[in-house]
Amino acid sequence: MTAQSMLKVQRLTKTYATAAGPLTVLKEVDFDLGRGASLAIVGPSGSGKTTLLGLCAGLDQPSGGTVELAGESIGELSEDARALVRNAHVGFVFQNFQLIPTLTALENVLVPVELRGDASTKLRAGGGMSVAEEEARGLLTRVGLGERCDHYPVQLSGGEQQRVALARAFMNRPKILFCDEPTGNLDGDTAHAMVELIFGLNHEKQTTLVLVTHDPDLAKRCQRILRLKGGAVIGDERI
Amino acid sequence: MNFILKMAWRDSRASRRRLVLFSFSVVLGIAALVAIGSLGSNLERAIDDQAKGLLGADLIITGRSPLSEAGREHVATVATEIAAEVSFTSMMAFPTANNLTRLVNVRAVEGNFPFYGDFVTAPADAPARLRAGGDVAIVEETLLRQFDAKVGDTVKLGTSAFTVVGALQKLPGESSALAATMAPRALIPRSALAATGLAERNVLVRHRTMLRLPPERIPVLVEADLRQFFRGEGVGFDTVAERKRNLGRVLDNIGNFLGLVGFVALFLGAIGIASAIHVYVRQKITTVAVLRCLGATARQSFSVYLVQGVALGIFGAVVGAALGLALQLVLPRLLGDLLPFDVQFFIAWPAVARGMGAGLVICVLFTLLPLLAVRRVSPLVALRSAFAERTASDPWRIAIMGFIVVAVAGFSIWQTGKVRDGLGFTAVLGAGFGILGALAKLTAWSARRWFPRRAPYVVRQGVANLYRPNNRTVLLLLSLGLGTFLMLTLFLTRTTLLREIEFTGGGGRPNLLLFDIQDDQLDGVRKTAEAEGAPVLVQAPIVTMKIAAVKGKKVEEILRTARERPDAGDAQARRDGERGKGRKGAGERGASGDRVPGWLLRREYRSSYRGTLEGTERLVSGKFVGRVEPGEAVVPVSLEESLCKDLGLQLGDEIEWDVQGVPIRSRVASVRAVEWRRLEPNFYAVFPLGVLESAPKFHVAALRATDAAHSARVQRTLVAAFPNVTAIDLALVMQTVDGIFSKVAFVIEFMAAFTVLTGVIVLVGAVATGRFQRVRETVLLRTLGATRRQLWQIQLVEYAILGVLAAVVGSVLAIAGNALVAHFVFKIAPSAPVLLPFIAVVAVSAVTVLTGLLSSRGVANHPPLEVLRQET
Repeated sequence: MTAQSMLKVQRLTKTYATAAGPLTVLKEVDFDLGRGASLAIVGPSGSGKTTLLGLCAGLDQPSGGTVELAGESIGELSEDARALVRNAHVGFVFQNFQLIPTLTALENVLVPVELRGDASTKLRAGGGMSVAEEEARGLLTRVGLGERCDHYPVQLSGGEQQRVALARAFMNRPKILFCDEPTGNLDGDTAHAMVELIFGLNHEKQTTLVLVTHDPDLAKRCQRILRLKGGAVIGDERI
Repeated sequence: MNFILKMAWRDSRASRRRLVLFSFSVVLGIAALVAIGSLGSNLERAIDDQAKGLLGADLIITGRSPLSEAGREHVATVATEIAAEVSFTSMMAFPTANNLTRLVNVRAVEGNFPFYGDFVTAPADAPARLRAGGDVAIVEETLLRQFDAKVGDTVKLGTSAFTVVGALQKLPGESSALAATMAPRALIPRSALAATGLAERNVLVRHRTMLRLPPERIPVLVEADLRQFFRGEGVGFDTVAERKRNLGRVLDNIGNFLGLVGFVALFLGAIGIASAIHVYVRQKITTVAVLRCLGATARQSFSVYLVQGVALGIFGAVVGAALGLALQLVLPRLLGDLLPFDVQFFIAWPAVARGMGAGLVICVLFTLLPLLAVRRVSPLVALRSAFAERTASDPWRIAIMGFIVVAVAGFSIWQTGKVRDGLGFTAVLGAGFGILGALAKLTAWSARRWFPRRAPYVVRQGVANLYRPNNRTVLLLLSLGLGTFLMLTLFLTRTTLLREIEFTGGGGRPNLLLFDIQDDQLDGVRKTAEAEGAPVLVQAPIVTMKIAAVKGKKVEEILRTARERPDAGDAQARRDGERGKGRKGAGERGASGDRVPGWLLRREYRSSYRGTLEGTERLVSGKFVGRVEPGEAVVPVSLEESLCKDLGLQLGDEIEWDVQGVPIRSRVASVRAVEWRRLEPNFYAVFPLGVLESAPKFHVAALRATDAAHSARVQRTLVAAFPNVTAIDLALVMQTVDGIFSKVAFVIEFMAAFTVLTGVIVLVGAVATGRFQRVRETVLLRTLGATRRQLWQIQLVEYAILGVLAAVVGSVLAIAGNALVAHFVFKIAPSAPVLLPFIAVVAVSAVTVLTGLLSSRGVANHPPLEVLRQET
């Protein structure tokens, strides 16, 4: 892994035990991504895209191979240790938004820093608002939802919910952002606006981006496209 | 920590109403526990007060001679007040009735006895005049009536004449004495006794010293101290506890029952909260997965929901305790005259604290079990909702279950006060849990194995719901089954206990006893009583006899052997003081080698003969022989079980009787348990028909008068027609006993009703919370075109199968539970009304189906999108 390498995947394999015997859904995948780079993982349904994303983000343990994220080998870490790595370095955007329904937009965005215990300790001198809250409001304004901070997810449209999710993903200043079909549940215009935001923030914050998509246009916005089929890499294009 | 508290608070926002609903079962469980603790303390005090009224004192010392000087001085150091009584039987003459005489039980009294309870006379000032001294007497009202004597008349005892100052209606401490003497009472001042000249001549004088103790003194401890002090002086003791023991198992069992209620109430609450949290956690899985993706550790996400669970427990404990106290304070006002007694309610704070503490611990432990699932939620669920949860065994789960078993056992032992009972409750609950869990697995497996492929769609869908992922089979069968099991066990136990009380103190018991009825008067007495509207309910011939030999060994021989032993004491005194405590320890050795109390061999037995057992008797062993041919060489007799035990006799052993000079050989053919507390004619030895008919005898009869006026009329008519017959009115004595039993019955009814209410709320809650598991698919079916009717039918099939299965198995478990509780805890035969389990099955099934259908109504009646937005 080079000094600039943010995500390094080597011979990554995932096998599930099923009633009919072991089922390998990902076979010996290799790639390396540097700081600020962007990668699109594409392929038909069942090709292992989401499994690969989950393993890269430390959401699951591989059956074989290694994953190094921001310089840390996460394959052998416990679930709690991987959670700490995620909290420190990773941002997520999901296809179905995955906002916590009982929290307002602002509270959703604040969750990553509150988990660290940062949210309320650093208060701005003379003000009631913490640094974290000011930052969260700034991010929500940046995604166009400055006026909707106190709204609950059910009070927001799909596009708005996804924008809150994006603000949340950037809240902990991630080194790498994982997006799983970020525009899959959005209409064309909203999807376009969302893509602009993702790439805009990615560029602005110098974040490494890994996204899973079925959308060829969206994939082409990335610097690199990894094609999967039957769990194996069948193409690795650099644009 | 800050994040955990903040997140727990924020996350609860949308579910607070639902969480409050969840807490209802806990609130009611803890309310029942607090109410039981507090109400129990109140009622125990009330019952103790009333039981004191049975004895009239805290402690009574009895003996054949007065206390020694040293003894009196010692007694004075422990008691705040002392009264004394000398009693014997003697003839009383009635100058106003041509000097006719009657055998009476003379009581020469000194002091302010009774200290507790009612000394009822007519007129009411008679006790004060008696205590003032002089030649005055209070005479049994029935006796005065018999001789047509009135207050102010003169009666004669020995060489003295006494002015009757009152008619005696009720005097504490008398119930067993009445049965023993079978003679009407006459009370005179102790100071007037010497002048009668009777006490010196009478060999069967009995002395009683009645003590009132300071409130801080515990009578049982004082008794132990005095027993030590008077060792070898031949004195016996009578205490309130002893009187309560004589009232039978019912009073012991009220404590046991309250223990059972507390156990049932709290576990109903625990089942309610556990099933609610189980459903709640399932709904929170995606939120937990998102938190995990964002970097929350397993401990952090678990803690968020643990905080909510503990908060729920604290809320339940505080509101439950408040409700329990409010219930106890408001109850007398709400029920007013319906309460069968007047209780000065006080708040028993230790009971409140114990109830809250135990309730909180049990609830948190039961909440922990479903919450453990939060620790195992994979962050991958955020990517794929269908991702399977990890199923590897969780050591924490095993540890928590171990904690729960220990806590349940600890709580049960504390609640029942007995290690054996507590462990038994825990084992039975565990067995019920295991059986219902196995039933749930079997149900899901059977539904899949024998799936009704040709049935209509709604039936197939309903049956498939039993085994599909995210099914409610285990949850509902466990909660509904355990709920039914606990509730019905309690209800069946209640029925068993109430039957026992009804038997002991029911309204149809005789309350007027007639003695000394001669053979030729029997028919006349029967007809006269019937004509007066009080037919004879029980009648028995009485033949007096003594024991001549036991197992071939003459009584004199046994007694002679015993006299040579240094440890033989005054067994008669022991009988006075130790009824019901077991009489071994002083006396003679029977043929079996055990010691036999001497008084049992010397005393006169009033035996009877008849062809069948009476309602107050139960055959313990052997065969009751109702008739033998005249001339039978060895007569088969039935003996009372304690006598059999004390004489060291077994079935088939021989006993020879001296029936007024005629020897009769007999063998023990059967052993009976007798309910002595029923104040009806009962006997140690019952002979078969065909043996004693020609022996000298008299008859005793028991009637029931409806009220005091009726009783007086019946007595007047009978005594006028049969002057030798003595009538004793037990109505007032029985009122005290009935008063105690009505309290016990009320407590049992009330606590059972309250706990069943908790159970119903748990059942409704379990079914209602279950709907959250089905919202999404119901909405999907609705979106795909399912009609409301079809949705209802699908739910109906699922709920009906689960409801009926849970109710049937729960009822079978309850029948077994009731039998175990009755046998091991209450030590009585279980009452098994067939209708009650049947009603339970119908009711629980109906509650399940109705609640299920009603709670899913909202889902079926509203637009799918609206429902999804509200419910998720």
